[in-house]
Amino acid sequence: MAVRADRVSRHYEMGTALIRAVDDITLDVHRGEFVALLGSSGSGKSTLLNLMAGLDRPTGGAIFANEKNLSEMSSLELARYRSKTVGMVFQSFNLLPRMTLEENVELPLRLAEVARAERGKRVGEALERVKLDKRLSHRPSEMSGGEQQRAALARALVNRPTLLFADEPTGNLDSTTGETILLLLKEIQGTLGMTIVMVTHERPLAERFADRIVTMADGKLLSDGARQ
Amino acid sequence: MKAGDLGELALRNLREAVLRSSLTTLGVAVGVASLVAWLSLGIGLQVLATKRLSNSGLFDTVIVTQRRNLQNARRPPQEASPAAGSRMLDEGAKKDFERLPNVLEVYSQIRFPTELRYNGTPYSTIVAGIPASARGNGAFDAIQGSFFSGPSADEAILQLELAKDLSGDPHGLIGKDLVVRYAEREALPPPNGNGDGSEAAAGGFSIVPKEKTLRIVGIVETEPAAGFGGFGSGRLLIPLEVASSLRAAQVNDLRDAVRTTSAKPIYASLTVRVKSPALVQGVEDAIKGMGFGTFSLLDATKNLRTFFTIFDMLLFIFGSLALAVATLGIINTLVMAILERRREIGILKALGAADRDVKQLFFVEASVMGFLGGVLGVMLGWTVGRAVTFGTNLYLKRQGLPAADVFALSWWLVAGAIVLAVVVSLAAGLYPASRAAKLNPVEALRYE
Repeated sequence: MAVRADRVSRHYEMGTALIRAVDDITLDVHRGEFVALLGSSGSGKSTLLNLMAGLDRPTGGAIFANEKNLSEMSSLELARYRSKTVGMVFQSFNLLPRMTLEENVELPLRLAEVARAERGKRVGEALERVKLDKRLSHRPSEMSGGEQQRAALARALVNRPTLLFADEPTGNLDSTTGETILLLLKEIQGTLGMTIVMVTHERPLAERFADRIVTMADGKLLSDGARQ
Repeated sequence: MKAGDLGELALRNLREAVLRSSLTTLGVAVGVASLVAWLSLGIGLQVLATKRLSNSGLFDTVIVTQRRNLQNARRPPQEASPAAGSRMLDEGAKKDFERLPNVLEVYSQIRFPTELRYNGTPYSTIVAGIPASARGNGAFDAIQGSFFSGPSADEAILQLELAKDLSGDPHGLIGKDLVVRYAEREALPPPNGNGDGSEAAAGGFSIVPKEKTLRIVGIVETEPAAGFGGFGSGRLLIPLEVASSLRAAQVNDLRDAVRTTSAKPIYASLTVRVKSPALVQGVEDAIKGMGFGTFSLLDATKNLRTFFTIFDMLLFIFGSLALAVATLGIINTLVMAILERRREIGILKALGAADRDVKQLFFVEASVMGFLGGVLGVMLGWTVGRAVTFGTNLYLKRQGLPAADVFALSWWLVAGAIVLAVVVSLAAGLYPASRAAKLNPVEALRYE
């Protein structure tokens, strides 16, 4: 099992109201699987993704990644988990605007304290994989949305993680570019054998690319099954 | 994150907000400059005052005399003889003093009244013998002309007031000759006609008027390193060796002529010069223990040090006010940076940055601003100090006073100011860094 959410909940208190963003969800993600978390806005899919990625802690239940309980990890261990095991792609790319493409992709390697000599090679490989190896010195503002998302994908892959979490990776892209990105994800899943969990609200894309579609609404799991 | 990467990222962040970082750094620099300028001024004044006191010779000398029962001074000579347990102040005693630890030199005080003639006009004054060592103790720093060319040179240095008496253009006296008239002691033959003619072997001495021509080589403002004792200040300074060779009659000679029973020459008093005023007490005690009478002034530099410690402390507090304001500037800059870089912090955390990485990044940024501010502040403080010294000296010159360095920037103050700037900056960065480290990455990523 790559990731297991065991009766996991994430509740927020807002004044007197209790928001149940994720409510008692159990979900298993197998190694090498491409899972799409589908649901409308506010269904809790991004919250669940953040919990699995170690960006947030559950208020109930537990998340296991590679058999380790994320809830029991210290803040430092959780940071290491995000650095070594997880790659993340966001809807808004989240590249640092003042850094070049090369520096953006190199950033996770700096955080993981990878030797300087090794970094150049890894950055080159990652950018070659997303076909941006000729744009090393470009800044995000000089790139199209699709290129930026490919750059973000290269950054997510550079530390050679086993889990890739993508939060609405096509949300800011036109349909053709979005498709290109998902093709890339699919290719990465195939060649690197990575486990991919993708949050999306676009059912057609999910049905076309994911191995399994999990539907959420109001913090609960509505359906869990292989794509039709 | 490795230190090198941390430094690179921090410098990049500072470069990105170059205007704000520069202004904050400048704020630190002004704070440090204020601190450095005030403290350097305090230290400079302390050094100046201490040096002037030390150069006066009042506090680093012990005057040694033969111990006498002064209570019986009015009684007949045989009863006013040296007190019990006292020793004669002779050559042997002088050698003993020279062997004492922390003693720089021992010399007899030679001061005698004279009538000098310059351009045929007579002037009464006091001649003082100056040891050759006085050249190196800083006392002649402000001399016009030069020090004696040698220990036995027939040369004279005039005290400024005397020079003014001699000529309307005191500095024009340098290189001119003057004639000194004095009373020389001449040994009398012993009553039985034997002996070598020395005073030691003689039954006494007669007074013979003599003259000596001296070349004026320098002019000093005050009589330096002459200590105290004897009578009056020497206004005409000549090498001690020359003064000794003149065998000029001194005030004590008459008294000693009737008291001395020894065949060896006896000194009326000896001046013992000690390494520093703080060591005077120890040397004085040792000499007293040897059976001599001593006299020294209290170590005034000790009180001076206490005064200046308090003075410097007040200046430090005053100077620190600007640094305290600069500290608020650093806190403000870093807190603003957190707000601006909230999303970036979220991204860093999502990519694997630990809380401590984020904290260290802010600390490095704070310390870089502190270090640069410290270095800049020291340079600024130095410039201010130099300007103050320049202005002060300009004023002193107009008042006809000698120049003085009122500003002393020591290496420890430079290092201390830079370290303080970094420490203060780190302290200022504590709260922002801890706040940044605690940011929830999910919330930070949502921030637009």
